[in-house]
Amino acid sequence: MKILVPVKRVPDWQIKLKLLPDGKDIQTDGIKWILNTFDEIAVEEAIRLKEKGVCSEIVLVSVGPADVRARLEYALAMGADSAILVKHDGPVDSDLASRVIAEVFKKGDYGMILLGKQAIDSDANQTAQLVAGRLNLPQACFASKVLVESGSAVVTREVDGGLETIKIPIPCVVSTDLRLNEPRYAALPNLMKAKKKPFEELSLEALGVSADLKVRVKSLSVPTGRKAGRKVANVQELIAALQGEAKIL
Amino acid sequence: MASILLFVQHSHGKVLKGTLAALQAARELQSAWGASGIVGVALGPQSKTAAESMVAFGLSSVRYSEDALFEKYRAEPYARAIALAANDLGASSVVGLASSSGKDALPRVAALLDAAQASDIIGVNPDGSIKRPMYAGNVIADVELVAPSRVVTVRGTGFAPAGVTTGGGDVAQLSLGGDPELKEQPRFGEVVSYEMSKADRPELSDAEVVVSGGRALGSSDNFEKVMFPLADAFGAAVGASRAAVDSGYAPNDWQVGQTGKVVAPTLYIAVGISGAIQHLAGMKDSKVIVAINKDPDAPIFEVADYGLVADLFAVAPELTEVVKSIRTSA
Ligand SMILES: Cc1cc2nc3c(=O)[nH]c(=O)nc-3n(C[C@H](O)[C@H](O)[C@H](O)COP(=O)(O)OP(=O)(O)OC[C@H]3O[C@@H](n4cnc5c(N)ncnc54)[C@H](O)[C@@H]3O)c2cc1C
Repeated sequence: MKILVPVKRVPDWQIKLKLLPDGKDIQTDGIKWILNTFDEIAVEEAIRLKEKGVCSEIVLVSVGPADVRARLEYALAMGADSAILVKHDGPVDSDLASRVIAEVFKKGDYGMILLGKQAIDSDANQTAQLVAGRLNLPQACFASKVLVESGSAVVTREVDGGLETIKIPIPCVVSTDLRLNEPRYAALPNLMKAKKKPFEELSLEALGVSADLKVRVKSLSVPTGRKAGRKVANVQELIAALQGEAKIL
Repeated sequence: MASILLFVQHSHGKVLKGTLAALQAARELQSAWGASGIVGVALGPQSKTAAESMVAFGLSSVRYSEDALFEKYRAEPYARAIALAANDLGASSVVGLASSSGKDALPRVAALLDAAQASDIIGVNPDGSIKRPMYAGNVIADVELVAPSRVVTVRGTGFAPAGVTTGGGDVAQLSLGGDPELKEQPRFGEVVSYEMSKADRPELSDAEVVVSGGRALGSSDNFEKVMFPLADAFGAAVGASRAAVDSGYAPNDWQVGQTGKVVAPTLYIAVGISGAIQHLAGMKDSKVIVAINKDPDAPIFEVADYGLVADLFAVAPELTEVVKSIRTSA
């Protein structure tokens, strides 16, 4: 079966974020971008399913400006087979992303859409569910284990209270949690070879998807952080502080 | 504007505390959006009891279904039934707690209603825009939902639980006939098994005190020997860092942070946790934070009200004993 892996590039979480003066967005000039951590896990899982002989081909899709190509090439170097970049310079909300993914899905003969449960920039945790709802496909979100057997996916999900294992028919949508796997690094020679893998550029128009948004960011702000308190010398002092100052205990 | 539908999450008929936080958010959205009222839907075993108990909170109409389709939570039938209830009750928007099932089902409802979706909101602005955290809580966004239909999940710690009020209305069974596709739901698969962690301590998201252990505990044995007695001395819930969960010291649903649970207890005690931003994202709204770490420069001390630079294996058991004696003498 073919697996579609939608990916998003996000600012490296290790950089110090700065807001634009108008507060409409973060400062992105010259920052380091990475493949969204959860999407990297999705790419890795697809590769493992291919290594097991369950998956025949891994197709990546992303929507964004031209330089997202570099992140897609990274995922190709990890082991994906081909990539589709739906070029769009404007803002993308999860609804628009889900409409793009749904259209790309319909054009291929995919057995699974495998993607990160959340993007570490917007932290929304909703695109997989939106895609599944749009396509009326079964969904298994927050996966920490994925098995594929005779027409079904058996997925263990991280839920409140513990773990839940469900069995859903293919085609389906699976979103990845952190504990699913540890992604491999793309080796340097593979990065060179990745540039030769099939890479298709599409437009929203070509897919028949409108650029309309349902969600608009009005402004961003940095929350006032907590102030560091003080060090206590020992357990007695800690207890005294909790009882005396914090009025706990 | 049409009404807002509250997804009433409950456990065997007992409404979750977080559902009342979601109701508070719904009330604020109702006035900011000029919605006509708040209605509700509860699904699954004993959902009738849950639905009935919401009348006291002013819901003007509540639907429930104890149909076999909803016996075990599954995204597909739940999402369809929530969308069906919204249509039946004339609600254009849906609000629910961002629990694991809320996060799973509600964006799917948004797709069914072609609605704008906002997840994990922590505030409502007077102009109807909402506040939600981004970038592991380092940024707060004011976001406008520009579609006529809207679906919102609510962070339980972002809103005080709503209180009782007047105006409550009828409770009735949801008629499933309105959605022929619900009969097709078996083709969406089934639950194979559950592996639930033992729940003999307070629930992490509701607890007054949370004690969390990190990688420094070194083994699940140590985690049990050091963290469990400390938790029990305080009557606390136990949390963990991702490193502790990944290493198998603690079950997955104890993880606190950007990708785990968000907690805001009166007292949070971080034991052998460095204080990575992704961990802070899940606990920095706690009222009082205590950190025990042997590294005086650990970032956790930048958010801690009280920091104890020490070997946890020496001081955590000592703290346990002192707290036990205080609480037994009290
Ligand atoms: C996308 C993403 C999402 C993430 N989500 C989460 C999340 O939800 N929650 C989360 O917690 N993390 C999350 N992380 C991981 C996070 O970045 C850290 O790796 C993790 O929180 C570290 O856990 P820790 O503090 O237990 O371990 P460490 O960082 O290894 O810290 C251990 C600490 O223990 C101290 N120590 C060691 N021995 C002792 C001793 N004997 N006595 C006292 N102190 C001692 C050390 O000084 C150190 O500060 C995420 C990371 C990414 C990339």
